[in-house]
Amino acid sequence: MIDTINTLLRKTPSWLLYLIGAAYPAWLLYAGFTGGLGVDPVKAMEHALGKVGLQVLIAVLLVTPLRRFTKLNFLSWRRALGVIAFFYILLHFFVWMVLDVQILSQVWADIVKRPYIIVGMISLLILLPLAVTSNNLSIRKLGPRWRKLHKATYLAVALGGVHYIMQTKGFEYEPYIYLAVVIGLIAIRKLPKKRAAAQPAKRQAV
Amino acid sequence: MAHRWTNDLTHDDVTPKSAYMNRRQVMAGMAGLGLAALAPKARAASDLTPTDFDVITQYNNFYEFGTGKEDPAKHAHRLTTKPWSIKIDGMVDRPGDYALADILSQMTIEERIYRFRCVEAWSMVVPWNGFELKDLLDLAGVQSSAKYVAFETLYRPEEMVGQNAPFLDWPYVEGLRLDEANHPLTLMATGIYGKDMPKQNGAPIRLVVPWKYGFKSIKSIVRITLTDKEPPTSWNKSIPGEYGFYSNVNPEVDHPRWSQASERPIGGGFFAKRIPTLMFNGYEKEVAGLYDGMDLRKNY
Repeated sequence: MIDTINTLLRKTPSWLLYLIGAAYPAWLLYAGFTGGLGVDPVKAMEHALGKVGLQVLIAVLLVTPLRRFTKLNFLSWRRALGVIAFFYILLHFFVWMVLDVQILSQVWADIVKRPYIIVGMISLLILLPLAVTSNNLSIRKLGPRWRKLHKATYLAVALGGVHYIMQTKGFEYEPYIYLAVVIGLIAIRKLPKKRAAAQPAKRQAV
Repeated sequence: MAHRWTNDLTHDDVTPKSAYMNRRQVMAGMAGLGLAALAPKARAASDLTPTDFDVITQYNNFYEFGTGKEDPAKHAHRLTTKPWSIKIDGMVDRPGDYALADILSQMTIEERIYRFRCVEAWSMVVPWNGFELKDLLDLAGVQSSAKYVAFETLYRPEEMVGQNAPFLDWPYVEGLRLDEANHPLTLMATGIYGKDMPKQNGAPIRLVVPWKYGFKSIKSIVRITLTDKEPPTSWNKSIPGEYGFYSNVNPEVDHPRWSQASERPIGGGFFAKRIPTLMFNGYEKEVAGLYDGMDLRKNY
């Protein structure tokens, strides 16, 4: 059963994932113009892109524990998911800048002055080199440094969760759930690997 | 005493809404138009038109029904507003439970077209129907020792689903200084667009203080207490560094997390332009005197 699913996952063409990924913001735009996002489509789109971007990034981080604990292998999806998430977060930033704040001097004032914007911007800046190096050439060129660099995803996602919590007014459950999941995923990484003893040579080779 | 204040905003795109409006409201609207014709310059200075009814009723901050902007429109139908009474107590000559119907029988309902500025930097223009708070306070007879007015929203978690979660310390409470409460702009609103107050907007009766951020305009009021101490207010209790007792609209004093210099009018779609926020939300002439000598940066 797992093998069949894994074969299907492996055979999913990445262009299909990118197509589905691109469809979501296109749908948001369409919904916004036709009243589907309520009376404030700017905020609705801004928040939806940020939140779904965070969710897809968490999905990226789930790939490894899923392989480890369930044998489900989404590894062949991971790059597409990561790039799509970055694309959403970049759009989230642009919607905030162009449609929400609008005034460029105000955008800059917010970026340097407002803690939750600063945290969000740091997260976006961390993701930028990760997105740029999400290709085979970069993996070859960077070698072992590539894996190290891409561990920064954890930091970016955690900061994204903090950014979400910081912008709420009063107390809300949802942003804390994301942060808890991210912290949980980092904790899982730290769990001792039982199989490590069985494959010491391979691990040391890296 | 009604009609102490005259609308400076106009109703000039109200035609599609005339279906909602009863005769009194149409007359009030016409009065507004008449004024506009007589004073074209004054009108141009505040060339604003009321936000659509659908927008006003589908985009609400009313955490008693959830924290999303659409939550109140979704969940407020569970609220029962009849019977309704307001308990007026504290430093008044005639404390007691005042049935809303009895209150209304003694009030003249008028229309007030006010700017409405949320602390979250969005805004609307709302054609409220209501009476001045002062008229209600006079009914109860405010004693000379009173200095503040405290307000309380209904607490009924079985109907107000948001009250089952600790978003805020329920029930919602707000307060005004007595001179603010007595100001002719301060309204007890019972409707919008000539219709009964929609539940998501604070049925059956709510406060409207147009020169203060929206959260001061407490909804679904069940209790008014006259006191000589500054009463606690919900958002101030929740995040004192961000929300003060006064919460006057002030483009020069930023919220710690965002600028208050401009606002996004709701209802304009994707490309609605930001507009500059006005001092005291455009009511500087009327209310600035209340704060003479006060440091508005400190008393945010």
